[in-house]
Amino acid sequence: MTAGAGSGHSGAYGPIPRKEDARFIRGKGTFVDDIQRPGMLHGAILRSPFAHARILSVDTVAAQAHPRVKAVITGQTLEAMQLAWMPTLAQDVQAVLATDKVRFQGQEVAFVVAEDRYSARDALELINVEYEPLPPVIDAQKALSPGAPVIRDDLAGRKDNHIFDWDAGDKAATDAAFAAADVVVAQDMLYPRSHPAPLETCGAVADMDTVSGKLTLWSTTQAPHAHRTLYALVAGLPEHKIRIISPDIGGGFGNKVPIYPGYICAVVGSTLTGRPVKWVEDRSENLMSTSFARDYHLHGEIAATREGRILGLRAKVLADHGAFNGAAQPTKYPAGFFHIFTGSYDLQAAHCQVTGVYTNKAPGGVAYSCSFRITEAVYLVERLVDVLARELDMDPAELRMKNLLRPEQFPYTGPTGWQYDSGDYPRALRLAMDIAGYDELRREQAEMRERGEHMGIGLSFFTEGVGAGPREHMDILGLGMADGADLRVLPTGKAVLAISVQTQGQGHETTFAQIVAHELGLSPDDVEVVHGDTDRTPFGLGTYGSRSTPVSGAAAAVVARKVRERARIVASAMLEVAPEDLEWTGERWQVRGDPDQSRALAEIAMAAHSGLRLPDGVEGHLDASVVYNPPNLTYPFGAYICVVGVDPGTGEVEVRRFIAVDDCGVQINPMIVEGQVHRGLADGVGMALMQVIAYDEAGNCLGGSFMDYLLPTSVECPSWELGTTVTPSPHHPIGAKGVGESATVGSPAAVVNAVMDALKPFGVRHADMPLTPANVWSAIHGRSLRTDLAIV
Amino acid sequence: MQISVNVNGTDYAAEVEARLLLIHFLRDELRLTGSHWGCDTSNCGACVVWLDDLPVKSCTVLAAMADGHRVRTVEGLERGGTLDPIQRGFAECHGLQCGFCTPGMMLTSRWLLDHNPDPSPAQIREALSGQICRCTGYENIVRSVRWAAEHEAAANAGTTTTDAGADRAAQEPLA
Repeated sequence: MTAGAGSGHSGAYGPIPRKEDARFIRGKGTFVDDIQRPGMLHGAILRSPFAHARILSVDTVAAQAHPRVKAVITGQTLEAMQLAWMPTLAQDVQAVLATDKVRFQGQEVAFVVAEDRYSARDALELINVEYEPLPPVIDAQKALSPGAPVIRDDLAGRKDNHIFDWDAGDKAATDAAFAAADVVVAQDMLYPRSHPAPLETCGAVADMDTVSGKLTLWSTTQAPHAHRTLYALVAGLPEHKIRIISPDIGGGFGNKVPIYPGYICAVVGSTLTGRPVKWVEDRSENLMSTSFARDYHLHGEIAATREGRILGLRAKVLADHGAFNGAAQPTKYPAGFFHIFTGSYDLQAAHCQVTGVYTNKAPGGVAYSCSFRITEAVYLVERLVDVLARELDMDPAELRMKNLLRPEQFPYTGPTGWQYDSGDYPRALRLAMDIAGYDELRREQAEMRERGEHMGIGLSFFTEGVGAGPREHMDILGLGMADGADLRVLPTGKAVLAISVQTQGQGHETTFAQIVAHELGLSPDDVEVVHGDTDRTPFGLGTYGSRSTPVSGAAAAVVARKVRERARIVASAMLEVAPEDLEWTGERWQVRGDPDQSRALAEIAMAAHSGLRLPDGVEGHLDASVVYNPPNLTYPFGAYICVVGVDPGTGEVEVRRFIAVDDCGVQINPMIVEGQVHRGLADGVGMALMQVIAYDEAGNCLGGSFMDYLLPTSVECPSWELGTTVTPSPHHPIGAKGVGESATVGSPAAVVNAVMDALKPFGVRHADMPLTPANVWSAIHGRSLRTDLAIV
Repeated sequence: MQISVNVNGTDYAAEVEARLLLIHFLRDELRLTGSHWGCDTSNCGACVVWLDDLPVKSCTVLAAMADGHRVRTVEGLERGGTLDPIQRGFAECHGLQCGFCTPGMMLTSRWLLDHNPDPSPAQIREALSGQICRCTGYENIVRSVRWAAEHEAAANAGTTTTDAGADRAAQEPLA
């Protein structure tokens, strides 16, 4: 296997092909729906057609009589088992199967277990549910109105739809900055409800061994260990009697962080029938009931001097959390990391306030490559900067360059408390402008405008904070966000690394092998990575919020270094010198100044398992374990430029070019980094132009299939033009930062800014995503649409 | 009802429900799980297989409709232990991440190269526009197909008969 240029020694880093591809290109992956167990039954969920209705009765007699049906489970069944409600990741509760009311269209009402998947579906039609429809709350802006129907009357004493108020920053200092400003501009904007829509939907196979009492659950989870603990807490199963296996996962993007009612129903189904039960949702179920994303109604204000020096930022946010607060984020932060909304700029003061409300829509929130709401934060500040540039009649690149944090300001503590670890922002922006040929593009734009053609150029600059913990500040339901790693070195010098995080396509089997190989002077082929099985891996919080490399990748490097130090002692015994007399060459332990006297890891490993006499107190073998608790988040950043053409006659937007410069610190495998960025850029195009989960007045979901919820294909996406800079993280053991969500976070604003730039001649300052042809055309004609509701 | 289908060169006879979808026949009955189910509405293409010589979305084809026909799935791309250049291209160019859309993407790409051995990036994008990938942003898929096209061209120019050439010769042209 070839190795690319490393950052120093043995050189296992580089764009090597992925280990996991060998099975995927042959169709030999193992996804949840590929799992077959002897005697396996199939489950299907009956869902509510109403957004808000009281359940008067559920009649399952006919379904139970179906010859191939083995069990019908309702809210009443679960109530008797005290499983009708489950805790969400945001300290709320969510109905597993509805007992009193349904609170969103698509909510789970009953679960049928049958001999095959078609019969299970047939039996759903035999269940008769009598509903009394109630008025739904669909418009988040009206959820807090006096007299609005109370959605969560299951919560004792609840008299309204208010969930939380939360604020961050210094209000007085911000008011002062605004009072001293020459220019203040405000803009309302919506980050519409979206859905991660991984191509594999969610599902599980539950196999309860009624003799040993052990549950094996194959499930589409990004966080197998956290799920195991939650099942133990919810279902009262002893934690050591639960084994969660997350096999190959067909994309996650946050959608597979929560526990969904279907998983619990599969477990109950297996418990009741004594047979394995598979449940896999269909696409409509995935889009209508599993964790949505965004749905932030944003009001932003920016204050500046006439010369374009940004002084302060304010934001007021209405957050639509749907029927149950199922957001997945560190407990302390009900609005995630939204308060990093000062972005990449050096400003005096900022203050934000977020109010969360319930509506009769699907529960969830946060999920979708958003770095815990930084997507919304970046969109807000990057739109505001462009609106300010318009107000000041200044080029948006010049305005950004004037206000970006400078390299010498790092580590930088922002006005809302975040400590950015490292960055060289002007360098990244200059590189993006060079790749784009920015000045030439502006000249071309001016010429085109004279010809009546509408090209737009949009910029965005983002900073993310990714890689949660530290554990003392960040937890999910009390579980601190730190991750373990176990490294075993076998006698022949081959290594097995067990990690807590779970790939959904990010290539952990390759990159984590590279990390260990790099530290131990091995080939990545000599390192096997074990993941996705709670019986075989150490505890950790899982993969989301771009935390795999920042947390678990650090754990892998640290545990490998621990092994290396153990190897040093064994090597010293082999070479009969003191450990201090040895130096690591990147590949071997060598007696200082004597290249003839050295030992590679394979030799040392065999000796460590042999009868070699070791110093007192040294155990033998080389295996080690660590738990890595990150001292801070890592802060990747980037500069994006999008070029669009807009046809004012139809409102159609064509993305002509997209230039992305990303800095995620040291890159373990640049090929994989590039792939991560490509994905996020497609998200940006989709989010800005196509994707929305809207509702009508009755609460009908209007994005319930891929015919209605539009995702970008190969023809909407341009050929991405990437650049990269490397600013290592000073606190990460290998200098790496997360990158999995960077482009999803940074790119939507660039696309929207480009479209608004194209529409400048029409006097359009802002229109909300998605910028569909209808929406753009309406904006040109002076009445932009409200994109979250099918109400004009 | 009784159907007989040739899948990847092997004949299968089975008793199936008339409503059984081809994708479920392949996955659940034959246990060929390389083809995936993704959307039910013919939008995503995770289920693309060949029915005779045409890529179809097997979530909207009944198993009964394959009676008496040939089906080719991802498991049938590799011939005699040799990967198809398309498979190699996807691995070489990082044309996949989670791997869920990959079988469908590869089968459409194989069809494209059989009918247009030297497609432009725009032609590749057009050919794959009925399929969704949520991981790659498509650029590396385009590169993967180009890689395969270039390597097939080189192999065909350099030697008398290659596996890829033999494969193509064995397939009937599209009417």
